[in-house]
Amino acid sequence: MKEKLEQIKAEALRQIEASDALEKLNEVRVNYLGKKGELTAVLKGMKDVAPEDRPKVGQLVNETREEIEKVLDASVKKMEKMVREAKMKTEVIDVTLPARKNNVGHRHPNTIALEEVERIFIGMGYEVVEGPDVEKDYYNFEALNIPADHPAKDEQDTFYITGDILLRTQTSSTQVHEMEKGKLPIRMIAPGRVFRSDEVDATHSPSFHQIEGLVIDKNITFADLKGTLAEFAKELFGENTKVKFRPHHFPFTEPSAEMDVTCFKCGGTGCRFCKGEGWIEILGCGMVHPHVLEMSGIDPEQYTGFAFGVGLERIALLKYEIDDMRLLYENDIRFLKQF
Amino acid sequence: MNTALSWIKAYVPDLECTDQEYMDAMTLSGTKVEGYTRLDKNLEKIVVGQIQKIEKHPDADKLIVCQVDIGDEVIQIVTGAPNVKEGDKVPVVLDGGKVAGGHDGGPLPEEGIKIKAGKLRGVPSNGMMCSIEELGSSRDMYPEAPEMGIYIFEDDVPVGADAVELLGLRDTVFEYEITSNRVDCYSVIGIAREAAATFRKPFILPEVTVKGNGEKVEDYISVEVQDPELCPRYCARVCKNIKIAPSPKWMQRRLAASGIRPINNLVDITNYVMEEYGQPMHAYDLSTIAGHKIIVRRAKDGDVFQTLDGQERALDSEVLMICDAQKEVGIAGIMGGENSKITDDVTTVLFEAATFNGANIRKSAKRVGLRTDASGKFEKGLDPHNAEAAINRACQLIEEFGCGEVVDGMVDVRGEMKEKVVLPFEPERYNRLLGTQVSREEMLAIFKMIEVEYDEASNNLTIPTFRQDILRQCDIAEEVARFYGYDKIPTTLPTGEATTGKLPFKLRIEQKARDIAEYCGFSQGMCYSFESPKVFDKLLLAADDPARAAITIANPLGEDFSIMRTISLNGMLTSLATNYNRRNKEVRLYELGNIYLPKALPLTELPEERMAFTLGMYGDGDFFTMKGVVEEFFDSIGMRKKAVYDPDAGRNYLHPGRQANIIYEGTLVGFLGEVHPEVCDNYDMKTRAYVAVLDMPAILPLATFDRKYEGIAKYPAVLRDISMVVPKEIRAGQIESVIVQRGGKILEDYQLFDIYEGDQIKEGYKSIAYSITFRAKDRTLEEADVTAAMKKILNGLESMGIELRS
Repeated sequence: MKEKLEQIKAEALRQIEASDALEKLNEVRVNYLGKKGELTAVLKGMKDVAPEDRPKVGQLVNETREEIEKVLDASVKKMEKMVREAKMKTEVIDVTLPARKNNVGHRHPNTIALEEVERIFIGMGYEVVEGPDVEKDYYNFEALNIPADHPAKDEQDTFYITGDILLRTQTSSTQVHEMEKGKLPIRMIAPGRVFRSDEVDATHSPSFHQIEGLVIDKNITFADLKGTLAEFAKELFGENTKVKFRPHHFPFTEPSAEMDVTCFKCGGTGCRFCKGEGWIEILGCGMVHPHVLEMSGIDPEQYTGFAFGVGLERIALLKYEIDDMRLLYENDIRFLKQF
Repeated sequence: MNTALSWIKAYVPDLECTDQEYMDAMTLSGTKVEGYTRLDKNLEKIVVGQIQKIEKHPDADKLIVCQVDIGDEVIQIVTGAPNVKEGDKVPVVLDGGKVAGGHDGGPLPEEGIKIKAGKLRGVPSNGMMCSIEELGSSRDMYPEAPEMGIYIFEDDVPVGADAVELLGLRDTVFEYEITSNRVDCYSVIGIAREAAATFRKPFILPEVTVKGNGEKVEDYISVEVQDPELCPRYCARVCKNIKIAPSPKWMQRRLAASGIRPINNLVDITNYVMEEYGQPMHAYDLSTIAGHKIIVRRAKDGDVFQTLDGQERALDSEVLMICDAQKEVGIAGIMGGENSKITDDVTTVLFEAATFNGANIRKSAKRVGLRTDASGKFEKGLDPHNAEAAINRACQLIEEFGCGEVVDGMVDVRGEMKEKVVLPFEPERYNRLLGTQVSREEMLAIFKMIEVEYDEASNNLTIPTFRQDILRQCDIAEEVARFYGYDKIPTTLPTGEATTGKLPFKLRIEQKARDIAEYCGFSQGMCYSFESPKVFDKLLLAADDPARAAITIANPLGEDFSIMRTISLNGMLTSLATNYNRRNKEVRLYELGNIYLPKALPLTELPEERMAFTLGMYGDGDFFTMKGVVEEFFDSIGMRKKAVYDPDAGRNYLHPGRQANIIYEGTLVGFLGEVHPEVCDNYDMKTRAYVAVLDMPAILPLATFDRKYEGIAKYPAVLRDISMVVPKEIRAGQIESVIVQRGGKILEDYQLFDIYEGDQIKEGYKSIAYSITFRAKDRTLEEADVTAAMKKILNGLESMGIELRS
């Protein structure tokens, strides 16, 4: 009996060895291990074996089965691998062929810059608010310390609709609306469209965008203004950006300043981009004028604050090195796709 | 404002710094320097030479050969200049030197022009004699220079001396940008005072003394101001026996560096004093002043006046005039009259130094259409005290130059002068505002430099009258900050109550709109808020279309920018057309921008500003592509119900058979459609274009970012397909309404999967097939449930004249 099993095993292993396809291996499995296979036949012949030998024979048969199965499984695995690899060889593609893109659209460079600015200030606890484009003279001028005869009113070539209603020339008007709500402290930025009667050319547009910032609280200092805007400049233009504050004049802030940042092309050594100066003027700012606070019902003895205004187009043009402002309003897809 | 540094140094003699240091320091203390120009740029090795001998050139008729003494040697120079003679002292560039420009006075080359020894027609020439143009200037600024020829010095200049220095060109001109609040800095004295404070050097004002001739001014002139509101102060002085001549060179040089052309002593003195003190002055020929009386009054409506530039100016009663006993002689603060102007024959001069109401001068200059240097200064509102100082300075210069005698006294007509501003000295307050710890002593030192007086007994600060910008404590704080140094103020972050940063719901929805549009292939454009009223015709709007009621800008840049848009389509179509005409294929754009709807016209209150989300495209894609974008957007902002598309939108600018209003939950939220071919024509687009406009204020209340998980269905769905032959005029939307109304609770979804018109379908009909899904949340559906629901649906459809196909 033992010899017979050895014989079956040897023959099975030989057939496995000789198999060159999965189907052949399957045949071996059926022929030897299947219901009608040879090992099953041996088991069926157990009735002729002496009862005391049966367990031993049974064990022998199982051992043989396991051995064949083991070899068979390994061969199947090996064969499957060969088949898979052969198949993959026929499936080589030219990976340099063009991609199938989803052709997603692109955001306007102004919006990209705006969202950057919003992200930075929201992170510092500022709320984004909006004010109307068509505005009352009071909010655009008077409440900002620019009374009727103030020369600044002429400087800002205003579009008027009626004597009292105009297109806002600055987003600073939103400061006033926010202060009038009477909810303190205030930390806000107000992006929006502004209008000035400048003819369209490479550096002017009768309509552009500003972002106004306003903080009002107890104990706000000029040092806080400097710190906040220095932080903003680093976030927007890079960690190594330095800032410089120069005294300036705005009717609605006192003291007032203009802020320059180190040129982000040359880092401040001077290049064509910054006209050799190393610095680029980026925004106007200052401590909110006490009279402005008073007019909006805030007690300047208790509260102080700072305000700033940034030109959105200015940032977009600088950041993306766009040399003609008209491109921003032409909406040529070849321009927009670059952002 | 442009001023030579040497002029500043006349009042700050100890000032020593490089040009760059000066620019940086002044800018940081608040007197912004825009830039500077060295007057001796590219002027190298130029000395005074004296021509000893002139001979004819042997081979050229137009050239001469000069022997020129340059101090330590005599050199030979060949020149073609026609104006030199033996004994003349001239500027000479030596071999290896440089001049700034050519003799034609054209634009100056950046690197200048190098001069080398060489031969001219065979004769050696070891240098060049220069014209004023070659020295980088012009006859306008050096009126004594000859036309077409070599500059000739006066006899007393030393041979071999630095010619550049003698011409006043060893100097730097700085260009300042003065802020509108610092009227005092529109003057050399004002800037010098700032420079002195910036560099902490002594500031020395010119000492003004006038001897006088012993006569009384009242015997020559009287002044009556009829409108003291518009003329707070009028000072008049008289000078007689005037001898018109050129002013001294030093004065000419200072004026030239400031960009002012020297004319003669009298004109130069008034210009000089205007620059120096910031106070415009006017000189009248007293013999032209009728009745020797000046009357300051308003003009009459309809008056016409000839200014000294020869132009006729139309006046009105808002314009202030200077008049004599009979006639107008000048527009106050703007320009004098032709009828009283100074000529070379003048003998007695009336000087005027006045102060006028700034706002009135500004408006008058605009109305009269004449903005002058003088009006530019007056309109900022000058300090009345300065008028007296300036007029005395002018008289002093008359005496100093020996060009006339000054009559004693000044006619001074003025009302109440404003009191000086007095503020308590509160150092802690300034530090609290600035976030600094500047010492009290440091502050007092700063105040001293800028002539703010401190009285220890009262602890009060008294502000000088020329500082009209200092009215409150915050203004004092700024002075402290400026001279302490903005750069030395620490940088901190605000402390105090924490606030939450947030983007309001409206802006979050707009952000979502951008995301979805871009995801669908649309790029963001930006359009102007104003446009031409012609767009209404271009868009085929009916004559009575409410969108034609637009807000008109009173002072637009032109008709194309004259109304505030009431409809967003023109911007989009213009942008699409721009792309189309530049042959860009496949263009998809979107815009988020306001339209402006007046509540009444003319405007009495602010208009309604409605944010429009506008999409436009041409190229690949059609109506249903656009509809897909709209629905993707609705989906993303929680508008998960089916929108209704009403084809009876009645929009003239859209294809009549391809347009729909979008209605969500009964609210009109926008529209979409194919652009009417005639409108495409109007925009020069020879392609089909599609647009959608969503009215964001209508959408906002329907949108939400709340989401609720409903559980993934546990029980199986049952699918039923129905195929029908439908009369053509019945729309899919109507069929879907029936399915929704009659499908009952177990109706989960329905999808149109086939639509066909053609051969196998009878005339006037189309074939439509839907797949309908039924499911119950709590059980497996019985066949009977589905059959009952289907029967209801089918009955409903049949009643609409729809035939079911097996």
